[in-house]
Amino acid sequence: MGASSHPQHTTSHATPQSRGDQPAVGGDDEGAPLLTVADVRLSFAGVRALDGVSLTVGEHELFAVIGPNGAGKTSIFNVLSGVYRPQQGQVRFAGHDLIGREPYAIAALGMARTFQNIELFENLTVLDNLMLGRQRHVRYGWAQAMWWLGPARREELAHRRHVEDLIDFLEIEAYRKHPVGLLPYGIQKRVELGRALAMEPRLLLLDEPVAGMNAEETEDMARFILDVRDELGIPMILVEHDMRVVMDLADRVLCLDFGQPLVTGTPEEVQQHPAVLEAYLGGGATTPTAPTPTAPTSDAAEEGPR
Amino acid sequence: MKRGATISGRPELRTSYRADMALLNSRPKRLGAGVILAAALAAPFLITDALLAIAALACAAAIGAIGLNLVSGYAGQVSLGHAFFIGAGAFTAAALTGDPGESVYGLGLQWIVAVPAAGLVAAVLGFLVSPIASRFRGLYLAIATLGLVFLGEHILDNWRSLTGGAGAGRRGVIAEIGGVRLDQPTEVAGLVLTTSQQLYLLALVLLVVLAVLARNLARSAVGRAFEAIRDRDIAAEVMGVRLGRHKMIAFTLSSFYAGVSGAVYYTVINQINPESFNLLLSVQFIAMVLIGGIATISGSIMGAFFITFLPRITRELPAIVPFLTAEPTLRDGALLTVFQLEAILYGVLIVGFLILEPRGLYGLWVRVRNYWKGWPFTY
Ligand SMILES: Nc1ncnc2c1ncn2[C@@H]1O[C@H](COP(=O)(O)OP(=O)(O)OP(=O)(O)O)[C@@H](O)[C@H]1O
Ligand SMILES: [Mg+2]
Repeated sequence: MGASSHPQHTTSHATPQSRGDQPAVGGDDEGAPLLTVADVRLSFAGVRALDGVSLTVGEHELFAVIGPNGAGKTSIFNVLSGVYRPQQGQVRFAGHDLIGREPYAIAALGMARTFQNIELFENLTVLDNLMLGRQRHVRYGWAQAMWWLGPARREELAHRRHVEDLIDFLEIEAYRKHPVGLLPYGIQKRVELGRALAMEPRLLLLDEPVAGMNAEETEDMARFILDVRDELGIPMILVEHDMRVVMDLADRVLCLDFGQPLVTGTPEEVQQHPAVLEAYLGGGATTPTAPTPTAPTSDAAEEGPR
Repeated sequence: MKRGATISGRPELRTSYRADMALLNSRPKRLGAGVILAAALAAPFLITDALLAIAALACAAAIGAIGLNLVSGYAGQVSLGHAFFIGAGAFTAAALTGDPGESVYGLGLQWIVAVPAAGLVAAVLGFLVSPIASRFRGLYLAIATLGLVFLGEHILDNWRSLTGGAGAGRRGVIAEIGGVRLDQPTEVAGLVLTTSQQLYLLALVLLVVLAVLARNLARSAVGRAFEAIRDRDIAAEVMGVRLGRHKMIAFTLSSFYAGVSGAVYYTVINQINPESFNLLLSVQFIAMVLIGGIATISGSIMGAFFITFLPRITRELPAIVPFLTAEPTLRDGALLTVFQLEAILYGVLIVGFLILEPRGLYGLWVRVRNYWKGWPFTY
């Protein structure tokens, strides 16, 4: 435990962490991407939320998913974290098949996420919320917890140090002991990022991290996301409506519409792609409701992930 | 005026995480705990035996309330079945300590063996029942555990060789430790201790030990997982919390506390009737948790003392309040019996606290404390 639970996020070129301390994770497919999603299909009573989605995320990649409202972006995250079980398709993460795994087991493999509508534990303090992110690293059991002295206290101290480093990193020292529910929205978003980072994830899923933020808060958050990539070396999938943020941060972008992948490519490629323009414009005024995920998308989907 | 005190007395200024994470992490807390403990230990020599017996019952009830708070207050799994586990503990301890040769089971074992055993038997039952909690949530769990109370009542009423049967009952738990019968006065180091004094001290020590253990659990990763499950179970699971496992731990530990509570309670009261372990008893424990404060150990203790002493207080009232009677039936122009008043008070207090101070007595205490901390400023 000891050393691994006290990483220095301040060291500038950290290698992807939580590799050494998670022997179970050391996948069996060498050289393969960290995450491979293949032909995932998910529907709810007639609604096709995901219709043949495939993507890969590399070890150092910041991968963005964009698309109009209801395109299925959050559904991808829910499939990845085990909340939804797709009817079809494969998900491979760090050498493990994820479909059918319980969410806690997926978290234990190093998948962390934030939520579109903040899902913090409002009654708990910032500190406790972040400490909850350490759950997958906790080794002591209930009996040791009740006794406290010994392993429980030693581990709790190590987790506390780790969490305090993150509190520094995210500049939320002043809120440490505040119940999260009373904090401003922008700070809550930051705390949620902190909780995910406390997991020392191998992959971080961010669902609209700057939604509802003003320009200044957006800039702060974008900076934190860059720091997470560059300093902590954690690969990410970013779902975001703010195109400027996506274009600035992402290495590659996938655009979805009605659950179908339109195109995957560099931010520039995706931005100029006719099918993407069509989806965003078409989603607005011309065909507002009719769910006809057929004509404009089918050929574009061929391009799929590289 | 007292400048020095404000500088040296900065309770939030701590130099290490270790000091910050200590159980009593500030001087006022350490002082307060010390004073309360000293008062509790001195009580046997300051208050009457009649009150002391009630205090012993309150300590026993507090152990049970802590148990219920673990599963319902911390982990958010509302259980109406607490009376069932209390009963299981009470009868286990009674059977283990009972005289062999009587009409009901009795093994003549030591109290010190019987009480942990009572906890363990209840814990095993709680463990067996815990899968229910993984299946049901909220109201459905409440109803499923309600079924448990009815089932338990039925079994206890009819299992005559263990319980003596409905209407008859059996003798309570016999407190014998190393040949010394604590239900009789004993001389310790030239000091004669009465039954109430001995039983109170015994219950108090158990309460303190179990409360500290529970408090440790609450501030650990397990306690945080409980609260995460209570507030957002899906988010908790996505953060790596094993739902089923933690619900199982909560139910099992809660039942252990209930079992010990039942054993200690019926050491003080020396007659057990199987009908006692009914829905009303479960509701009384819920009242202790709600009135004391959800998800606080000290609140559980306050709530238990409050509810246990409530009848003692209401029974004094007819002398002061004209329209009350201490008789079980209304006469001489009385409008209420004390029993009716108690039932009303339970309801009013639960609803009142839920609306006005959801954090219970603990919350009231925090308010008072913060008021004095900030004095003379009112913000
Ligand atoms: N639990 C569910 N039950 C029924 N339908 C669902 C559920 N979750 C998602 N859907 C449907 O799946 C489709 C995709 O939803 P999803 O939340 O993934 O979209 P999104 O791309 O995240 O949209 P937004 O930009 O508004 O967040 C929508 O039509 C939605 O109504
Ligand atoms: Mg979404």
